[in-house]
Amino acid sequence: MDILERIALHYNYVIMIFLMISGLYIVIAKGNMVKKLVGLSLFQTSVYLLYISPAKIIGGTAPILDEKYKIYSNPLPHVLMLTAIVVGVATIALGLALVARIHEAYGTIEEDAILENDTKNPDQDNVSGEDQ
Amino acid sequence: MSQASSLDLLYLMIDVLSGAMILAGSFFIIVGAIGLIRMPDVFTRMHAVSVIETIGAGLLLSGLMIQAGPTLLALKLFFVFVLFFFTAPVATHAVAQAALSAGETPQLSEDRRSKTAAATPVNSNDNEGADD
Amino acid sequence: MEAYINMVLLTLLAIVTLTIVRQRNLFSVVVLFGVYSFLMASVMIVLDAVDVALTEAAVGAGISTVVLIGTLHITGSEEMRPSRLALLPIVTAAATGAILIWGTYDLPEFGKADVPINTHVAPFYLEQSIPLMGVPNVVTTILANFRSFDTLGETTVIFTAGLGIMLLLRHKSRKEASKILKKDVVFRVIIKLIIPFIMLFAFYVHFHGDYSPGGGFQAGVMLAGAVILYSIIFGAHEAQRVVPQSVAAFMIPLGVLIYAATGAISFIYGQNYMDYTALASYPKDAHHLGIILIELGVLITVASTMLSIFYAFVERRH
Repeated sequence: MDILERIALHYNYVIMIFLMISGLYIVIAKGNMVKKLVGLSLFQTSVYLLYISPAKIIGGTAPILDEKYKIYSNPLPHVLMLTAIVVGVATIALGLALVARIHEAYGTIEEDAILENDTKNPDQDNVSGEDQ
Repeated sequence: MSQASSLDLLYLMIDVLSGAMILAGSFFIIVGAIGLIRMPDVFTRMHAVSVIETIGAGLLLSGLMIQAGPTLLALKLFFVFVLFFFTAPVATHAVAQAALSAGETPQLSEDRRSKTAAATPVNSNDNEGADD
Repeated sequence: MEAYINMVLLTLLAIVTLTIVRQRNLFSVVVLFGVYSFLMASVMIVLDAVDVALTEAAVGAGISTVVLIGTLHITGSEEMRPSRLALLPIVTAAATGAILIWGTYDLPEFGKADVPINTHVAPFYLEQSIPLMGVPNVVTTILANFRSFDTLGETTVIFTAGLGIMLLLRHKSRKEASKILKKDVVFRVIIKLIIPFIMLFAFYVHFHGDYSPGGGFQAGVMLAGAVILYSIIFGAHEAQRVVPQSVAAFMIPLGVLIYAATGAISFIYGQNYMDYTALASYPKDAHHLGIILIELGVLITVASTMLSIFYAFVERRH
């Protein structure tokens, strides 16, 4: 009974950790680079949950001040995560740009195929530089 | 005293009416979701989903509008409804266009009859379930 | 009640995540990721983080889906079956998860007010927002005034990322978008009808951000979204007649410059960086003006960066 109550009160953290390790698993186990970036994004999103969850106060309301309400949730984590979301999409897009260039140079975005290609012809410079 | 009780009655009526509308809207959304899973091909699935976009969302928003009363919030909800009214059919149209240009053709009743006749008993059961 | 809604939404989130892990078709993964973002936005609303929810819905389900699909268009959308057994990653992930769950025993319980995170500096922000600045949305005041150094850093990161993407993907063969969408009269009419309202809503979110959820970040993403929508229907070539790539590229540093210059004005009056009291004669007005200017800088940088990212990916298709 005690453990069930504990899990209910920490449910947000349990789910957050599940999302986090799912992202971690995708990044480690999957060879496709777009999938890896989606996994990275999952990991990142779980961190938003980690920050926002403790900021919630039961019976409180959104931190937009009004005379009708007395209790507000903590606004500081909201600010940190708001900016992190926009920065997150910018960095993921940077990663995707790199993936697009890798696809142009190697013709594939599977990690195994790229490593195989590199071990087969180590001297060849794979990055096509003529159109720069 | 009598004025206060009639006001109470009005609030009760508002609550009951909006509650009923929200419940009905939720019911149609669940029906649409079941249809999305059970229908056999893209076009019939879109047909099932249109229930969510029209009557489901419509009833839900109407219920919330009644609950909000004549405030700015109700106006905002009305704008959301108008947005749904214009965009939902266009989104459906886009999906249908994409499906057609990808070579997906609507499954006609003749196809299904021949399929049911040729198929194993397990498959025919599956098809009966889809008709429900 | 809030706690139960929260638990249901979080369970759905976990199910969607499981599907993302198992799904091999990358196009489905991207669509599921959009579903995931909308669910996350709903969770954020239940947790009272309305500004975050607005951002997550606009960015996670809007811009990232567009960018991911743009990448899939270049790279193809089928994931190869892995050649090796995935035992070690599963063990690693499970062990990490177990250690982290053990660690949550010391974290505060859900919804408690008397824990350090909620008693340290947050009450000060909540109390001082109206007396100092007269702005009721505390998220906006912290973003643009109390912790404006943070936001300057974040804006610079967005600027840098946009710069990196443009350097990686610049000039390649340009091609007209598919003709199906452009010919279809339904799309043309409806998109032309709703784009003004999307932009109007973006400006509402921006300028009303002091009193309701919103601000420069959300409005910037929405503005870029309106142009991206136009570009999807009429082709990138047409969209670049409205907002040329060079203008978008010019606006990225302009926004950062407006932000940094607003902070630097106080130098002239011998005050600290990002001290807005030099901007107007009354401190309250000065703070409000400072917030408006900084949000403007954020709006310009975010909108033009998102647009430049989209242009970069579209130009690269061949």
